[in-house]
Amino acid sequence: MTGSVTRTSGTTGDKGADAVDATLEVVDLCKAFGGHRAVDGVSFTLAPGGSLGIVGESGCGKTTTARMLVGLVSPDSGSIRVGGRERSAPTRNRAERLARAREMQMVFQDPYLSLDPRVVVRECVEEVLRLHFDLTREQRTARVVELLDQVGLGEREASALPKALSGGQRQRVAIARALAAEPKVLILDEAVAALDVSIQAQILDLLAGIRRDAGVGFLFVSHDLAVVRHITEDVVVLRGGRVVEAGPTVDVLTEPRHTYTRLLLDSVPRVGWDPARIAADRRALEREAGGSSGD
Amino acid sequence: MSTLRIDREAADGAIVRRPGFGLLRALRQGPLFAGAAAVLVLLVLIAVFAPLIAPYDPDAVDLTATLAGSSSEHLLGADQSGRDILSRVIHGARTGLLGPLLVVGISTFLGIAIGVAAAWRGGWIDAMLSRSMDLIFAFPGMLVAILFVAVFGSGLTAPVIAMSVAYTPYVGRLVRSIAGQEKARPYIESYRVQGWSGWTICVRHLIPNITPTVLAQSAINFGYALMDLAALSYLGFGVQPPDSDWGSMINEGQAALLQDAMLPSFAPGLCIVVAVVAFGIVGEGIADRVAKRER
Repeated sequence: MTGSVTRTSGTTGDKGADAVDATLEVVDLCKAFGGHRAVDGVSFTLAPGGSLGIVGESGCGKTTTARMLVGLVSPDSGSIRVGGRERSAPTRNRAERLARAREMQMVFQDPYLSLDPRVVVRECVEEVLRLHFDLTREQRTARVVELLDQVGLGEREASALPKALSGGQRQRVAIARALAAEPKVLILDEAVAALDVSIQAQILDLLAGIRRDAGVGFLFVSHDLAVVRHITEDVVVLRGGRVVEAGPTVDVLTEPRHTYTRLLLDSVPRVGWDPARIAADRRALEREAGGSSGD
Repeated sequence: MSTLRIDREAADGAIVRRPGFGLLRALRQGPLFAGAAAVLVLLVLIAVFAPLIAPYDPDAVDLTATLAGSSSEHLLGADQSGRDILSRVIHGARTGLLGPLLVVGISTFLGIAIGVAAAWRGGWIDAMLSRSMDLIFAFPGMLVAILFVAVFGSGLTAPVIAMSVAYTPYVGRLVRSIAGQEKARPYIESYRVQGWSGWTICVRHLIPNITPTVLAQSAINFGYALMDLAALSYLGFGVQPPDSDWGSMINEGQAALLQDAMLPSFAPGLCIVVAVVAFGIVGEGIADRVAKRER
């Protein structure tokens, strides 16, 4: 689908020595909204170029975790480090802001809302390059073409406004825009949930290719276990803001140790699927948990 | 975080419509919108080219023509001092439009600055700015204008400053509300993740995206401001005789009404009504178009 992907050496020039270690470490992250503890002591590690899934039902704190990682929400406590550099405190200046943006980028859930309606695709990618890299106009233009090609978009899409594009094309633009900053970690927050199934497959295939070629680490936030199984190596299962199970994706999703993970797996519709039994199991799980979790 | 589309019309701080203008809403689309827009263009042209169009000097006194009726010499007749009413109405369009233009310009600028600052920064800055706007709402604009005239003297300046202050919270409250919604949209959040400064995001992306809605409010405000300034002139606080102004012309024409001469007050009165109604229709029409595009 996409052509071969090679990164131009020119644009990576100012990254220097810190490009070596890009491990994402999250330790004991906490965030409460009012009295509700949305994220409660979450810890995980993502190796450079690795792929980690965060799964759980709606409201389990996975989106809040992702938003804390990119700095859209500030955590109450805990630490977020990329290559040993702390990033949980608010940024103090421009240099710090740009450095953090080059550590981590995010692709949002809904491609219909995540692109500026007034900005054409080419400009949308180019302005990221202008902000982060010192390139000439020609270099920038070439890099935009390269980035768009990497996600399978051509000249026609480049000069279009987002409203002229389909959902899948918009999500490709969002991915190209995120890759433009050359992040070490790419957070995909339900990045295929708003797309229909056949387009999902295309985007997942594209993402797998990008990870292989560009060496970006993926943090895949999703409620869709099939997608997570397909694209991640490790997985963290969240429930009520806490990690209930973590480990290699294959192990966790084939032989879950925690009852909640088993419940999640059983909840996926298939032949012989019994929603009534799942609802009963869920009630039993909640009784078991007793007063420990409020909801 | 499902696909959440916010209904702007229903949101707090939607475009402020004064009671009594409800009828205009029925007329806001179709040929009437075009007609109203044409009237406004015509008014502007008349104001700009007043000295060329007007058949007489608006201040030229001709006592032989005192209270002359409509004739080929004086199309709209003459007032008590024998000044040509048509020429005075044409010249009156200049102050009649310049005053509201200044009021709307200043209040839109200040309103956007205050509203965006409140929405973007939130917290105590929002609380302070919002309470300040509530405070200004508490004072009737007219009263403030009369106070300013008492302090700074009559003419166009004092009423314009006072009216600008009085209209700023109308724009400010609207901008705060829609900028708050806009700030939470993923496309603005993605600019933050990219590492842009808040200032750049607001000036280059947020404000341009809310401009159509703000302009609709400003067009409606233009009509109100025109009426308020005319009322101040009528009361003798605005433009002073002998300068021609629609509001003061109505005042001067009152005495003529007793002498069975209707035109000296009726002609400028009609101009005010036509201008206010045209601005109302155009403003409502723009607001409708914006709302339609949002959906």
